[in-house]
Amino acid sequence: MTIDRRKFLTITGSSVAAGILAACNSRGPKSAERLLNYAERKNEVIERGLFRHTSMDATISGTHLAGAALPSYFISKTVPIWNEAQRGKWTLEIGGMVDRPLRLTLEQLVALPRISERVNHYCVEGWTAVEQWTGVRLSELARLAGVHKGSEYVDFISFDDGYHESWDIDSAMHRQTVVAYGLDGHMLAPAHGAPARVYSPVKLGYKNTKYLTKIMFLANRTGGYWSDQGYEWYGGV
Amino acid sequence: MGRPRHHWIVRVTHWVNAIALTIMVGSGLRIFNAYPRFARRGSTFCCYPFEGKSIPRNFTFGGWLGGARHWHFAMMWLLVVNGIVYLAYVYLHGEWRDIVPMRGFARNSWEMIRFYLFIRKDHPIQGKHNALQRGTYFVLPWIALLAVVSGIAIWKPVQLAPLTDLLGGYVWARYWHFVAMTLLVVLSLVHVIMVFAVDPYSLKSMITGGYDEANSPQARNARPFYHLLPNRFRTKTSSKPPTQTPPVAGESA
Repeated sequence: MTIDRRKFLTITGSSVAAGILAACNSRGPKSAERLLNYAERKNEVIERGLFRHTSMDATISGTHLAGAALPSYFISKTVPIWNEAQRGKWTLEIGGMVDRPLRLTLEQLVALPRISERVNHYCVEGWTAVEQWTGVRLSELARLAGVHKGSEYVDFISFDDGYHESWDIDSAMHRQTVVAYGLDGHMLAPAHGAPARVYSPVKLGYKNTKYLTKIMFLANRTGGYWSDQGYEWYGGV
Repeated sequence: MGRPRHHWIVRVTHWVNAIALTIMVGSGLRIFNAYPRFARRGSTFCCYPFEGKSIPRNFTFGGWLGGARHWHFAMMWLLVVNGIVYLAYVYLHGEWRDIVPMRGFARNSWEMIRFYLFIRKDHPIQGKHNALQRGTYFVLPWIALLAVVSGIAIWKPVQLAPLTDLLGGYVWARYWHFVAMTLLVVLSLVHVIMVFAVDPYSLKSMITGGYDEANSPQARNARPFYHLLPNRFRTKTSSKPPTQTPPVAGESA
């Protein structure tokens, strides 16, 4: 059987065009989901393999701080503010697989050894912002609480309407991962996660829980607000 | 059928590449739309005239940011592995000789341009590809390399910070990634247009491998869209003795 050239071109051209049009702006075939999940799991293995505690984020010298241009995201309808009258004094609870569960007030947190570093913020959307974050290294808090060896994951829980994100322990123990209470030399504003939030350049922005209330050291991963909606759980940078 | 014009490895990798690259571009543009500008927050960017303008949704793929990222980070492996298979074949099988610019490349390119502009009457003598094709097929893998390297740089700007720094930091690496994509898209579009405009028979040869040299653009003295032009432009090869440049080493089949 032979198809003439004209017919062949018409058929090829129109089927390719139809295929492309059908795919436009779509999520792709449902059957591809398993393959994509498989790729995400394998990518996580590679990303964890690439992770080094000694790899540090550095900002280009002379870069302006984003300041007011730093977007503020939260999932509640209005800016989440800790209501002392209703909920008592804010504290940060550190628990799970630890020898000494801690409950720190903001004053106690501020009294701990602090670091103040100018680092990049990497958003999943593709933007970056340079900010100066002040806080306590998570590795310092882990040391104080005496984290058990089998604790492979950390869950950061907030009072922003059930928001939380769990991390692998390595990223959490990176020297640039902090519980931050200061931004650009001021105490954190409610728009950016007051009284304290997780901040680290080794994770995408959405993994850095704001409005932090609880840090749980765990044996298993517990997902997260954005991870459960389909963003990568690892979210490493 | 004799020896196919394109080895089956070339044909398979070509079409895998066409699909994978389309998905990579579509999902990449969907990711880009989440922040369709290059400037760091609180800063400006010098070199992109369309800061803040989204790509029309119909040119994107993945549906939403997370979905597009999954497609992008899955398809990148197919694209890279496919590219390595193709380049390894071309290298090991000696077919790079049909692609790498050889002596006389600049002059032959100029002659092709003159021919397409009707300044020159006869199609320059060529091997498998004309000089302009050679240049394009040679430069494409290098642009692809830039796309891959800049892609890795914005995927892991902290863990692979030296690579990101090499490209000028995250903002610039993201820009080079976009530039590389744009070049790949433009060259691919020109490629597709030229297939239909100059050598539709090559489409079949990229599927079945079969190709009749009697139908080659050189044999037909074919200019882009020449079959759509009025008859007086449709000059066949002149009957006079050839005046074109003699075949140059490396350009002959």
